[in-house]
Amino acid sequence: MRFGIVVFPGSNCDYDTLHVLKYVFKQEAFFLWHKDHDLKNADCVILPGGFSYGDYLRSGAIARFSPLMQEVKEFSLSGGIVLGICNGFQVLLELGLLPGAMLRNKNLKFLCQNVHLRIETTDTPFTNKGKPGQVLNIPIAHFDGNYYIDGPGLDKIKKNNQILLRYSSAEGHLTKEDNVNGSLDCIAGLVNENRNVLGMMPHPERASETLLGSRDGHIIFDSIIYYIKNDR
Amino acid sequence: MIDDSIIKEHGLTQEEYKRITALIKREPNLTELGIFSLMWSEHCSYKSSKIHLKNYPTSGKNVIQGPGENAGIIDIGNGLAVVFKIESHNHPSFIEPYQGAATGVGGILRDIFTMGARPIATLNSLRFGPLSVPKNKTVMEGVVSGIAGYGNSIGVPTVGGETYFDECYSLNPLVNVFCLGIAKKDKIFYSRAEGIGNPVLYVGSKTGRDGIHGATMASAEFGEDLEQKRPNVQVGDPFKEKLLLEACLEVMEKNLALGIQDMGAAGLTCSTTEMAANSGTGIEIDINLIPQREQGMTPYEIMLSESQERMLIVAQKEKVKQAQSVFAKWDLDAVIIGHVTDTQNLKVKSGDKTVVDLPLRAIINQCPVYNREAKPPAPPAPIIDLNDISFPENYEQAFLQIIKSPGLADKQWIFRQYDHMVQTNTTVLPGADASVLRIKNTNKALAVTLDGNSLYTYVNPRSGGIIAVSEACRNLACVGAKPVGVTNCLNFGNPEKSEIMWQFKEAVHGIAQACKAFQIPVTGGNVSFYNETEGIPIYPTAVLGVVGVIDALDKIMTPEFKAPGDTILLLGENKEELGASEYMNHIHSKKGGPPPEIDLRKEKRVQSLCLKAISKNMIKSAHDLSEGGLAQCLAECCLLGKKRIGCRINLEDKIRTDALLFGETQSRILISLEEDQEDAFKSLAGKRKVPYSIIGKTGGENILIKHLGEKIINIPVQKVYSLWKYSLPGFFKIE
Repeated sequence: MRFGIVVFPGSNCDYDTLHVLKYVFKQEAFFLWHKDHDLKNADCVILPGGFSYGDYLRSGAIARFSPLMQEVKEFSLSGGIVLGICNGFQVLLELGLLPGAMLRNKNLKFLCQNVHLRIETTDTPFTNKGKPGQVLNIPIAHFDGNYYIDGPGLDKIKKNNQILLRYSSAEGHLTKEDNVNGSLDCIAGLVNENRNVLGMMPHPERASETLLGSRDGHIIFDSIIYYIKNDR
Repeated sequence: MIDDSIIKEHGLTQEEYKRITALIKREPNLTELGIFSLMWSEHCSYKSSKIHLKNYPTSGKNVIQGPGENAGIIDIGNGLAVVFKIESHNHPSFIEPYQGAATGVGGILRDIFTMGARPIATLNSLRFGPLSVPKNKTVMEGVVSGIAGYGNSIGVPTVGGETYFDECYSLNPLVNVFCLGIAKKDKIFYSRAEGIGNPVLYVGSKTGRDGIHGATMASAEFGEDLEQKRPNVQVGDPFKEKLLLEACLEVMEKNLALGIQDMGAAGLTCSTTEMAANSGTGIEIDINLIPQREQGMTPYEIMLSESQERMLIVAQKEKVKQAQSVFAKWDLDAVIIGHVTDTQNLKVKSGDKTVVDLPLRAIINQCPVYNREAKPPAPPAPIIDLNDISFPENYEQAFLQIIKSPGLADKQWIFRQYDHMVQTNTTVLPGADASVLRIKNTNKALAVTLDGNSLYTYVNPRSGGIIAVSEACRNLACVGAKPVGVTNCLNFGNPEKSEIMWQFKEAVHGIAQACKAFQIPVTGGNVSFYNETEGIPIYPTAVLGVVGVIDALDKIMTPEFKAPGDTILLLGENKEELGASEYMNHIHSKKGGPPPEIDLRKEKRVQSLCLKAISKNMIKSAHDLSEGGLAQCLAECCLLGKKRIGCRINLEDKIRTDALLFGETQSRILISLEEDQEDAFKSLAGKRKVPYSIIGKTGGENILIKHLGEKIINIPVQKVYSLWKYSLPGFFKIE
């Protein structure tokens, strides 16, 4: 399987993602330079975490204009699997491939910590290896992860079952305390209507090795690998 | 014309000015005077400290680079080397906390990647005034945000550190930042300007008027005019630095550079002169070619600017185009501003006009070295007589008061603002004895810790120095790491005062003595003098950064209790020592000596036993005893980690109960192990002549401590946890 990881100036989880895919999941993984116009035949495109262009403006607002985004957009419209992690999620929102927007975390501070995530649906290329209601332990690290969408928008993504991951307690309850960044409806990750584009704030690449404390990120990557091998 | 007031403004003495005119055989012009003022400042020249720093052990078979370069380098096997250093950014952080701290991070990162290493972690040692004062909270909030803002953006994890609070830091907070990088042993780059005629490349941000005279500012006390110093603080751009980091590493990987140095303190002046002086060459640059952010900048301003995120590179003529194209890929300016000469001079031109022409020897090698008067203070630091100290009426209350004091309470409020996981190497998260980072594609890990108790150093500078090294090494032993190298940041008051110089000299000797005993080389660091505001100095604060290696990934130890029913053992002896303790400070409002005794032979035996027990898989947890003593240590073993297991402790020592609970006697480590390992451990400890006592068992919902059969503390772990956990956030609550 071929994973292309887009490198924007300011991406800083690009190497982590490459490491995990290459050495933990034993996949072909390579970087895609943002100024190019070539996805190098990737089966899955990942927009990694970081601070693209420093995120001095709205997070992801400049990265969306990178030349390669044209190809990423076309790839996604033709059903290609796209995963945006953290800053990658923010870029996907700016690109309009996912609905909604990000606000500052409710405590107005950067938050780096382990959180619990409840899998809301397994009917996607990203969670087919999980069970509905299963709770994952995966870290977050962001300043702008407080998801927001207007009323009709929320109704729509709910109706379409697009919410994939919600911040929860270890037991899977949705509480104000566990919704650390204040996201609307505890949303931590969502897919587009076609279910081939996922944006998630937590970092599955940081939770894929026992040595680092959690292997729950496997659910995400294993699901993608399974989907591309079998279902497509 | 240079007159007395201009000389004074530049922080130079009349004697120093005379020395300059004698060296260059004429009067310097203003730009030249500015150059001398920077390079002869305490910050750049180490003129008051050099003579004492010579006592440090700096060599060893694994030392690739000792003091004198941008950072120290130690060989760690596998063809890899660790590159590390600590720097202070105290003065700027007080004037403008966010940018001061942020640029502190930026500066130390450049020191590391300029040598060809990818930075893999930073740590910081922070000292603030008490949080009961609103201004101190503002400073702390700004500093923490600044460190987070820079480190998170550039993608280097901030994996740990230490935070202390004391009145002495109210007008002089300390921000010391440590950075660790990894390089391939055969791809290390140095500050060199070699090859006559080779081009000199200026890379990175444009030069602006920010930070002019930063190094000189850091070499003077603050008076009432400190608000006016704000323009001296630089503004950081972590995004630009990220580009610079990636581009420089790419240029070095492709062997397109001969020598490289960052423009940190003293900017263009320091990088041009040092690179050429290190190679015995000369350097000529044209000021008009320097990328400038604003119009009308004078040569003086350009040479003295401390604009951030800039590097100077010397490349071979035939490779310079290739190097420039790498920088272009990363959207960075890379301009040829001059060339290497054989003159051993620094020549700065403005078009056809020469504006600076100075012998490098005069700038770099002929700065005066001072052996300043050092005399113990009169009266000496106070000594506490334990006979005058009453016992607390309620030990539980005293215990909880210590637990929730900001210095000893949980620091998650700080750590979670830092991305401490990026790069996916952090195996032991902040809060343990030391932070641990695995080295990808090897079976090894690195452990790093910062340590330095300034109250100990205040009451006895020499002991303070020895203890700082010992405790840092003990921290490493607790995670299973052997120390391989030391860096240090020495924060002191005005060295022109004899008692400050005495503190400095004593502390340095203490550090040297301990490093020799542990056989670890000091590979560099930083001296920050003049930490005084309105004549009031900080406590002498020596921060030690020690790097250790763990040889196998399955031998990483952590402090928290792992399961109920395990045996708790205390290595070392309990003594009646309460001087300079947190207990005396918080419960009796007394700060005085003597500090705990330290015997380096005993210390080494305890540490080596701990390491041996870890390598033989005998023990399940290890935690060092330090501030707050046994009670604090036990509590942390219960509170760290997710399980939060209680303990039942019986203490039999016939000494004061308060000393037993809260005394800070050195050379002690608390471990836990399974019952069936007890005999094996006892025989190991016996062989290694380390005293120990079995003091209790893990388990239960409470922290229960008895002394000579009497119950003195019995509190639910959950209650202790809440107080410990929510103490620091309580000061910063957003309503």
